[in-house]
Amino acid sequence: MSATTQSPTAPDSRTPSKAARLLGDRRLPVAATALLFLVMYGVGLGRYQYYGFAEPQVFLNLFIDNGYLLVAAVGVTFVILSGGIDLSVGSVIGFTTMFTAWLVERQGLPIVVVIPMALAVGAFGGFLMGYVIHNFEIQPFIVTLAGLFLFRGLCLVISKESISIGDSSVSSMAQAQVPLGVGFLSIGAIVALVVLALAFYVLHYTRFGRRVYAIGGNEQSALLMGLPQGGTKIAVYTVSGFCSALAGLLFTLYIQSGDPLHATGMELDAIAAVVIGGTLLTGGSGYVLGTLFGVLVLGLIKSIIQFEGTLSSWWTKIATGVLLCAFILIQRFMTTRKKT
Amino acid sequence: MSTPSVTTPSRWRALTHHHLFWPVAVLVVLLLVNVPFTPDFFSIKMTDGHLYGSLVSIVLFGSPLILVAVGMTLVIATGGIDLSVGAVVAITGALACSYISDQADQSALSGVLLAMGLGLLAAVVCGLWNGFLVARMGIQPIIATLIIMVAGRGVAQLITDGQIITINSEPYKLIGGGYWLTLPFSIFVVAAVVAVTVVLTRRTALGLLVESVGGNAEASRLVGIRSMRIKIMVYMFCALCAGIAGLMISSNTSAADGNNAGLWIELDAILAVVIGGTSLLGGRFSIGGTVVGALVIQTLTTTIYTIGVPTQTNLVFKAAVVIVVCLLQSPKFRAKVFGAKFGAGSGTKGSAKPATAPADTAPATEAAPKMEVS
Amino acid sequence: MAEPRPVLEMTGIVKEFPGVRALSDVDFRLFPGEIHALMGENGAGKSTLIKVLTGVYSLDGGTITLDGRSVRFGSPLQAQHAGISTVYQEVNLCPNLSVAENIFIGREPTRMGRIQWKRMRKEAAELVDRLGLDIDVTAPLSSYPLAVQQLVAIVRSVGTGDSDGEGSGTKVLVLDEPTSSLDRDEVQELFRLMRRLKDEGVAILFVSHFLDQIYEICDRMTVLRNGTLVGEHMVGDLDQVGLIQLMIGKALDQLEELHDHQLHSDVGETLVKAEGLGRTGGIAPFDLEIKKGEVLGLAGLLGSGRTELARLLFGADQPDSGKATIGGKQVSLSAPNDAIGAGVAFCSENRKTEGLVPDLTVRENIILALQAARGWTRPIPVSQRDELVAKYIKALDIRPANPEARVGQLSGGNQQKVLLARWLITQPKLLILDEPTRGIDVGAKAEIQKLVVSLSEDGMSVLYIAAELEEVLRLSHTIGVLRDRRLVAQITNGPEITTSRIMETIASGEHQ
Repeated sequence: MSATTQSPTAPDSRTPSKAARLLGDRRLPVAATALLFLVMYGVGLGRYQYYGFAEPQVFLNLFIDNGYLLVAAVGVTFVILSGGIDLSVGSVIGFTTMFTAWLVERQGLPIVVVIPMALAVGAFGGFLMGYVIHNFEIQPFIVTLAGLFLFRGLCLVISKESISIGDSSVSSMAQAQVPLGVGFLSIGAIVALVVLALAFYVLHYTRFGRRVYAIGGNEQSALLMGLPQGGTKIAVYTVSGFCSALAGLLFTLYIQSGDPLHATGMELDAIAAVVIGGTLLTGGSGYVLGTLFGVLVLGLIKSIIQFEGTLSSWWTKIATGVLLCAFILIQRFMTTRKKT
Repeated sequence: MSTPSVTTPSRWRALTHHHLFWPVAVLVVLLLVNVPFTPDFFSIKMTDGHLYGSLVSIVLFGSPLILVAVGMTLVIATGGIDLSVGAVVAITGALACSYISDQADQSALSGVLLAMGLGLLAAVVCGLWNGFLVARMGIQPIIATLIIMVAGRGVAQLITDGQIITINSEPYKLIGGGYWLTLPFSIFVVAAVVAVTVVLTRRTALGLLVESVGGNAEASRLVGIRSMRIKIMVYMFCALCAGIAGLMISSNTSAADGNNAGLWIELDAILAVVIGGTSLLGGRFSIGGTVVGALVIQTLTTTIYTIGVPTQTNLVFKAAVVIVVCLLQSPKFRAKVFGAKFGAGSGTKGSAKPATAPADTAPATEAAPKMEVS
Repeated sequence: MAEPRPVLEMTGIVKEFPGVRALSDVDFRLFPGEIHALMGENGAGKSTLIKVLTGVYSLDGGTITLDGRSVRFGSPLQAQHAGISTVYQEVNLCPNLSVAENIFIGREPTRMGRIQWKRMRKEAAELVDRLGLDIDVTAPLSSYPLAVQQLVAIVRSVGTGDSDGEGSGTKVLVLDEPTSSLDRDEVQELFRLMRRLKDEGVAILFVSHFLDQIYEICDRMTVLRNGTLVGEHMVGDLDQVGLIQLMIGKALDQLEELHDHQLHSDVGETLVKAEGLGRTGGIAPFDLEIKKGEVLGLAGLLGSGRTELARLLFGADQPDSGKATIGGKQVSLSAPNDAIGAGVAFCSENRKTEGLVPDLTVRENIILALQAARGWTRPIPVSQRDELVAKYIKALDIRPANPEARVGQLSGGNQQKVLLARWLITQPKLLILDEPTRGIDVGAKAEIQKLVVSLSEDGMSVLYIAAELEEVLRLSHTIGVLRDRRLVAQITNGPEITTSRIMETIASGEHQ
């Protein structure tokens, strides 16, 4: 009697070889991005050390100047890890700057009252999008596109003109410096780092965080394993909405005005940072720490271009695009290799 | 349909079931909304040998969108999407304008033609790249086209050196701002592109193969369709359409703005395609529907302006339209709101028609409900 | 000796779908510490029974008793909490997470909401260890081959309820075709795990298409046919021929007289020749010859490799060994295009997913293959197209005879005819028909069989796959017999060949 006749698989297929495990390690892309950051920083040191690039404050400024982007990118990381996408980020940020500026300047509300309101609006917007995505099975791309239009439109409904904020408590908050020995950080940067730490904790040490990974890995399986997949999805978009609103508040602090055109296209920067940080756009694989490096790399490109002086600002976009392309192709090769 | 008494309702039904019915109905309603506010909305006047009127300007201002949306239709029909069209619009305009601005004689026809050729070539190269990433490398379309969406604007600004390049070229002015036979020339360009697209897809087998690839990719592979070629071709065509739109936009303003030309046009174009009844999941497409969809969007903008609602609410309206159209296309939503009658059976590709009862031909086909039993 | 009380008892189970009675009055019982095979051909109702048991489908009649209590499950989750776990053919786990997480996700050990990773890894390692498996629980699941992932799925399902007390421990484990893509060593590993669980008192319901595996591991079997119970037997009491008879539903001697047809003898020279063609995980390397005008039938049970063989010949799956010549020329078979170019046509058994484009019309679906071959630049002229389509709609009696009808709305039989028409239009040299008569009504069935005969008389070679042996025997000049993913015999049809002979060959794996 004969049973199956396929040749038995190679003996080593059972325990993956060291090299294969290293290459298959999901932390590899993060390490690559971190390395890229260090190399770029090193190159910067070499080229501009006489122009003050070596100052620790230049490094800290990366956090100060990109804190809002980091917060937004953290929110997007949740969404992308779950296998979705959020295009509304830039608009929610823009809306939050307008909303805050309008309430503070035109309605005279104290900033401490405005902050929770703005956060609630952003989170609710995210919740609504998540609700529609889950309950009516419409592609996240389209739903968040509607969100993009809606929030940008609401910006313009509030005012077509930019509103600058003169409120003293806001400006003192914006100018506050948190000394750090070798330099200082702004409140925005501190908040961003706290958000990052919280996100790390949530993603790695709570059931909700692991569900986000599970759904991104295989939504069908997650459902069959009895995970509350709908609730998780809605929560993910709520988190993203909340983070966008928080990013909007930080952006307001950073720029001290509300403008209906603030942060247009910032969703692209956030998505690019997440991808460059090694998170798979198909979901399920990646680290929020990678997002930090992604944001730092993007920030460093901006700083280097400033230091270079002769390079114009649009090189930022081109460099971002090239990096994005490189990382997408690397991801592609990594995933195909795994399947075979 | 067999007895005379039912001819009227069945004719009415045939009409409402036509794939263009709902898009056209929306368009007509939008146009009529204008009449109380602008009584001479439909009148067209002849001034200086040119025709003027709201209808003419809707088509004129809507021209670039129609072009981009037509190209996008084919991409979406294959089950893809192209986010890079806005950036391609910017690149094409920038390249053409910067070439013309370098010429000694900006109005020399040969120079202008060369500039346009150069711009369109760049557009097609962008399309080839997108197609390569999607079809050959197997990267999700949203992601693959995101690259040029991000980098493309930088390239456009690189070409224009961050400036807004203004040019003064009569022949170039013609495509986007000129008149011909009393009508804006861009209307002829649009008509030509739409006609070429229809011929290309419906007079050859391209349309059929595109719909097959988008409708059932595995079946298409097993039937021997070379879907890779078709996808690459479609992305190139989409980029070409975006390129023409880019020429038109820069010609209309006689300037190239790497930053703002074609901003958000990809989103409007996708919206136009969806309103026109082509499902985002791919498969059946309708060029006519897309044209109507683009006109709906342009009319919406115009209407908001004429009825005196502050123009800034435009985007809010647009968001509302996106949401309503998508909800109506969602089988789940239909099932929840209209009851099982409409939801069931239309779980296949949605159409813009809110309630296409699928039962119309079923009884005639001795359809045995198919169940998976084992 | 008094039998112990069954842990699970299903009595008088009825499940109906619109127009179809999928299960009628089926009884099924499962004892603790036994491995029980559920047997049946396509459409017998195996999957339906499992889905009713695990709460995927609701019950239309009958009762389910678990541990003496009457139960009714609204969802797989409820069934799982009650102690019924299911592992499917496709591994329903998250490949991106670690083995430990896959075992524990949804019930991770936590303290104040914080996941205790160390404890989770330790518990997972203990569980894996207890079941005698050698798996590093910290590695991502995707770093292991499918077979190990399957084992992890089983570990997860039996580990249910260990940490939170939500569940009550697995009493019944349902394994739905877990072995279909495993090799022999991997199957043995799975069996070791199954035996260990059996020793722990778990009742295992096992579904497999591999007869040897059933006879190796199972204690008892229940056979279903057409949604009814045929019998429950101890594995030792029923030999393989007997089992196949029960599954197919005819006693051997009853079948003899059905075999009274005339095959045309006008078979020409060799058209297709495959040498050592095979694919790991699909079908073992095989040699095959098909002559011009010959009908080669493939006989074998569901999952025996019939479809896999056909897909290799068509290039739908890429062969990883061997070569094939068609009409004397070597063909690479790396993609369907190669085979189509050489004159091969393939009607898949999965009409909906691999055959038709449901959104397109009958006409468009019919001309699709021909058009694909011509390329997009050379559309078939309208008049010629309409003529062709009309001709085939008439010849095959496709209803409604409306070329504009959407194919998705046609009945199964008519969809099958559309698919046939699509390939006939290309005038192939070899037509591969995979279960062309499945799920269609009797009239259409006869028509399609008649068509096969007349096509072969006109010189077309046909590779015919059907679950019903009579059907294969009636049409084929040569019968290829498959068993457990291997082509075990090629029998020239003749008066002395009967379905019982074929059955014996399937059962024994060799032809006398």
